[in-house]
Amino acid sequence: MSHTQEVKSILYLDGVSVSFDGFKALNNLSLYVNEGEMRAIIGPNGAGKTTMMDVITGKTRPDEGDVIFGGNVDLTQLDEAAIANLGIGRKFQKPTVFENQSVFDNLELALAGNRRPHENLFFKLQSDQLDHINETLKQTSLAIHRNKIAGALSHGQKQWLEIGMLLMQKPDLLLVDEPVAGMTDAETATTAELLKDIAKTRSVVVVEHDMDFVKALDCRVNVLHEGSVLAEGSLENVQANEQVIEVYLGR
Amino acid sequence: MTLARKPLIMRIGNDRLARNVLGLLLIAAFLVPILNLWVPESSPFHVPSYVVALFGKYLTYALLALSVDLVWGYCGILSLGHGAFFALGGYAIGMHMMRQIGERGVYGNAELPDFMVFLNWQELPWYWYGFDSFGFAVLMALLVPGLLAFIFGWFAFRSRVTGVYLSIITQAMTYALLLAFFRNDMGFGGNNGLTDFKDILGFSLQTDGMRATLFFLSAMAVIGGYLICRMIVDSRLGRVIVAIRDSESRARFLGYRVEYYKLFVFTVSGVLAGVAGALYVPQVGIINPSEFAPANSIEIVIWVALGGRGTLIGPILGAVAVNYGKTYFTGAFPEGWLFMLGGLFIVATLFLPKGIVGTKSIIEGYERYRLRLAKYLRPYDYVKGGSGR
Repeated sequence: MSHTQEVKSILYLDGVSVSFDGFKALNNLSLYVNEGEMRAIIGPNGAGKTTMMDVITGKTRPDEGDVIFGGNVDLTQLDEAAIANLGIGRKFQKPTVFENQSVFDNLELALAGNRRPHENLFFKLQSDQLDHINETLKQTSLAIHRNKIAGALSHGQKQWLEIGMLLMQKPDLLLVDEPVAGMTDAETATTAELLKDIAKTRSVVVVEHDMDFVKALDCRVNVLHEGSVLAEGSLENVQANEQVIEVYLGR
Repeated sequence: MTLARKPLIMRIGNDRLARNVLGLLLIAAFLVPILNLWVPESSPFHVPSYVVALFGKYLTYALLALSVDLVWGYCGILSLGHGAFFALGGYAIGMHMMRQIGERGVYGNAELPDFMVFLNWQELPWYWYGFDSFGFAVLMALLVPGLLAFIFGWFAFRSRVTGVYLSIITQAMTYALLLAFFRNDMGFGGNNGLTDFKDILGFSLQTDGMRATLFFLSAMAVIGGYLICRMIVDSRLGRVIVAIRDSESRARFLGYRVEYYKLFVFTVSGVLAGVAGALYVPQVGIINPSEFAPANSIEIVIWVALGGRGTLIGPILGAVAVNYGKTYFTGAFPEGWLFMLGGLFIVATLFLPKGIVGTKSIIEGYERYRLRLAKYLRPYDYVKGGSGR
């Protein structure tokens, strides 16, 4: 019995190349992510993981190739703000929150909508927006810290706050760059649960070094090497791949 | 349902420092003119005219400092060219007062200001048209600095020029204007600028009544400027600009067009600086290109830093305190003042990074200094945990 299903891709990269001063950071990279899918991207340092994020979010323009979002939007023509407003949220490698503002204010700033200056001069928080903030505070285990200055949070809490800020934008696609770097084991486990929870309602792409964490995510994995995809499949599959072993362990 | 915030006036009421300073300013706005004009000179309560004139001038500096704090303290745009907006506001009012001189000038020419007669000009340049009208001049005092700030900001922020580079081009902007206004053919009086003003709206500038009025207007302008800035920084827009100050790329990836926000505050700030200049020139009786001097703009930054960056009230206090000190010390030890100003700036950066308003006590300032010094001497103890930046 064959079972076919119409799967729509939310993100589609085709033949993307980027070079910096002759160094090819991305080399004919092709990759697609389906709607509602969780995907992990692994690869050694310099494999092009962060550059790939930069291309998707509009920070870097590719030299060639297509980057299509939601089937018809060409991301290479848009800037960071426009791409963010389309529904692509990005978490940086280093936790980046607004350190001098409270946890609550950080989430409020990330609320979807109201991005123009004049709308914000006389902005009043609506009760459904407040509900959304409270919900996110709970989801990211930050409810008791809501009035704390974000700069006073621990490293792990800042990572969660940043993920929470992405959720406030109601994105369809979340790009998460090394979310568990510098986290304790307990925090790592909580983060894995959080991301799996998020992936129930939207697509999530996680770039990560930590193999135990990737295993906990239990999703399809792409291995990047020298700017293109070396292998794709389940974690067990790619870990058994000869080429992957060679890349990771050295020749 | 919306969740209403407390109205602005109540928020200020709960903020002790702001309440006290603004209250004092409001009382002074009414009391000083009364004590100057209607209390006889023999009375110990009489405020001498020179004090009124001096403090009126300081208050225009306070408004200027406020405008710099809005962009620097809250949005991280360190402008070293705000003197330009101040001077342009001053020139606009100066041009009106030049036109008001009429045939009372040295050459007795009702059609042309003295310096144009001197240069053998036959007719009024087109850009002087309209300045016979007070309303037009006031409008220009707001519009020209605002427009310059807008155009400058449009190019600078769109090109994502930030940090030191932005500071340098703001310096270049005010320096370029300095050179331009020095030229006689610019038609703004060249080196000598505009002076010899007689009256405004038919009232002589030399009277005590006029000085008291300008003092009153300057005090009210500082209060008004504070309210505008406070409204901005308390709004969600204010939280966005602080977010931009602290992490510009995060704000961008949240979908904010950073350049529009910067442009908004920079333009508002330029207009406020222009208002300050427009109030300043009638009180000092002259405007010349030296107001564009880069050093002037840097001095404003010192007032703000000393008073407390990002506090709005601090810069008001800083501007008045530093300028009072300047008046006193340039009289008492003329050679020493610049050293003292430099020393103040060093003391402020080392011991009072949050300025006089942000630092509760000398001890707190000292503690902060020790901590920073320790960080510098033994950096490795402080990077553990990886959360520090």
